[in-house]
Amino acid sequence: MSLLEVKDLQVRVEEREILHGLSLTVNPGQVHAIMGPNGSGKSTLSHVIAGKPGYEVTGGQILFKGEDLLEMEPNERAARGVFLAFQYPVEIPGVTTWNFLHAALNAQRKARGEEEISSPAFLKKVREVAKSLNIPQDMLKRGVNVGFSGGEKKRNEILQMALFEPAVCILDEMDSGLDIDALRIAADGVNALRSPERAMVVITHYQRLLNYIVPDVVHVMSKGRVVKSGGKELALELEESGYAQFEDAA
Amino acid sequence: MNVVAKTETGRALGDAFAVVRDRLPGKGKIADQRRAAFEAYERAGLPHRRIEDWKYTDLRVLMREVLPLAPAPDVAALSRAAAAVKAHGIDDAVRLVLVDGAFAPDLSDLGKLEKGLSIRALREVLDGGDGALSEQAFTSDTTNPMIALNSAMATDGVVIEVANGTVLGKPLHVVHVASGAAPVAMFTRSLLRLGRDTGATLVESYLAAEGAKAYQAHDGLVVAIGDNARLDHVRFVEDTVDAFNISSATVTLGAHAHFNTFGMTTGGHVSRYELTVACAGEHSKVETNGVNLINGKQHADTTLFMDHAVPNCASREIFRAVVDDRAHSVFQGRIIVRPDAQKTDAKMMTRALLLSDDAEADNKPELEIFADDVTCGHGATTGALDESLLFYMRARGLPEKEAQALLIQAFVGEAIETIASDALREVAIATARRWLEARA
Ligand SMILES: Nc1ncnc2c1ncn2[C@@H]1O[C@H](COP(=O)(O)OP(=O)(O)OP(=O)(O)O)[C@@H](O)[C@H]1O
Ligand SMILES: [Mg+2]
Repeated sequence: MSLLEVKDLQVRVEEREILHGLSLTVNPGQVHAIMGPNGSGKSTLSHVIAGKPGYEVTGGQILFKGEDLLEMEPNERAARGVFLAFQYPVEIPGVTTWNFLHAALNAQRKARGEEEISSPAFLKKVREVAKSLNIPQDMLKRGVNVGFSGGEKKRNEILQMALFEPAVCILDEMDSGLDIDALRIAADGVNALRSPERAMVVITHYQRLLNYIVPDVVHVMSKGRVVKSGGKELALELEESGYAQFEDAA
Repeated sequence: MNVVAKTETGRALGDAFAVVRDRLPGKGKIADQRRAAFEAYERAGLPHRRIEDWKYTDLRVLMREVLPLAPAPDVAALSRAAAAVKAHGIDDAVRLVLVDGAFAPDLSDLGKLEKGLSIRALREVLDGGDGALSEQAFTSDTTNPMIALNSAMATDGVVIEVANGTVLGKPLHVVHVASGAAPVAMFTRSLLRLGRDTGATLVESYLAAEGAKAYQAHDGLVVAIGDNARLDHVRFVEDTVDAFNISSATVTLGAHAHFNTFGMTTGGHVSRYELTVACAGEHSKVETNGVNLINGKQHADTTLFMDHAVPNCASREIFRAVVDDRAHSVFQGRIIVRPDAQKTDAKMMTRALLLSDDAEADNKPELEIFADDVTCGHGATTGALDESLLFYMRARGLPEKEAQALLIQAFVGEAIETIASDALREVAIATARRWLEARA
């Protein structure tokens, strides 16, 4: 069974249709890349998968492990293993990263009927992951993303992904705002999570990221649809010729 | 003149006063003051919305009547009260308990008081004829009808004196308990006098014993903080949600003094807390902060009057209201900087969080500045929880109520963190957490 199946998805925002029948099938172990011009609907797709309010699904469906994802609350989706690394992570003043991650992890475990993780065990786990991503400990004591640089926010997203061990990870422009070294560290972090059971959907504008995280499938999105899919060479092709050739296809 | 027609209730209260008048403690001058105060109350009657200070808290609509005076607590009442007090204990504090408006020595920690600390019941002070102290306890403002009513009717309270140079190690915890099921009114008046070079922590709790219903707590606190003295004051209103709590505190500071006060209201159907702080000596510092966490049909009003009469003083107000269901939160903050009060530094920031469409919050900050070399500012915001933050948190697995709870804790945390004592800060955090858990 495929892990994530988006079928003929139609989505409206404030009376305007953004996704016009988008389909995508992601199998366990695969890495999919989604590329496409600004405003083509990539973030919209990721938001609808994660369950952000404000989007009206007017047609189609999303199945996660064969179950109707659209029927689930965002937190339920997270607990079942859907993870979105946000293009623009928000700042949450007054809620320490530490507390937030602990509460979130325990909420997910509780929803799955697992035992809560104790503070010492949690501390150990976060420390290990933070270290591997080159995230200083004191960042965890600050409010979630508060005063973090753009790159630090992105690394914090990868930290959460590593901590929650989701089944499907959607990474919305995780490379934007990262310097070359940080990009490599973050990509290593993502690669470390690749496994035969887990799938990744990597949204990016730049072929460079795909040198680090090598995709199995590349999709081109334009005007709310997938207009072309292919192997990793499709990304190189796009780098050469741009999106103009797909404008008409859409 | 604004002539107010007397209501049935007004007449009934007048009769009640006539009956109890001779049994109230304090003769001579105090009795005269009581009579004058009652007349002042009667002239105005229950405050209503056409009186500017009571615009958002119309007692003629909300309260309708002042209930008869509570009888002195019997053995059963005291034991019910003792159970309630136990559940709200503050670690290592000197506990002073008032049950149904009467000081309860058996429930209070009067043995082995620290050196320089004196504690007496107000009734004892008034009956003992300590004229100066009595008068100080009754110094109050007859222009506020509810404070006037409190002066007229107060049956008891605590009188606490801290001698010059004494820094108390233990906090003082004054607990007001309503014990009974019969709807009655309690009137208390307390006095705290801090001498020069002193330090003290005063905690006040308002609560009810199991089964107490629809009572009215009327309390007045008078505080004098001497030169170079510091008072930390924390107040918890945890009355039942059908009760009234109409209270005031009148605080004066000497020079180089420091007053840090924090109030948290989670209880009461209708509560009004009127805090008047006057800086009478230079280089003093005042921090008045608070949090309202209310829901259902609760109405909680904090009205602050900060009076800068002398130069070089600083005041800070941080107030946070969290309002759910059909509750109504009111914050009125008036800062007056008198002509001589140059170099005053006064800032006030109030924010309200509305958790439902029917929730209401009124913020009325007012600055009246008559000096030219001052730094003053205020800000007020009212809004809902940020949806984008909530979504981010839910996308990480937190159920909606839990995500809201974390954001609300952060929101009130900005005010709670101004409490100086770690232990009391923890009590405030725990109180907020209980409120949030009850909501989930
Ligand atoms: N809340 C909204 N209200 C109105 N229009 C919206 C809203 N959200 C998205 N849109 C519109 O939907 C379209 C797709 O936006 P989306 O953010 O999904 O694009 P994207 O492919 O992620 O672009 P980028 O590469 O710039 O991140 C855009 O035209 C955008 O303006
Ligand atoms: Mg986008």
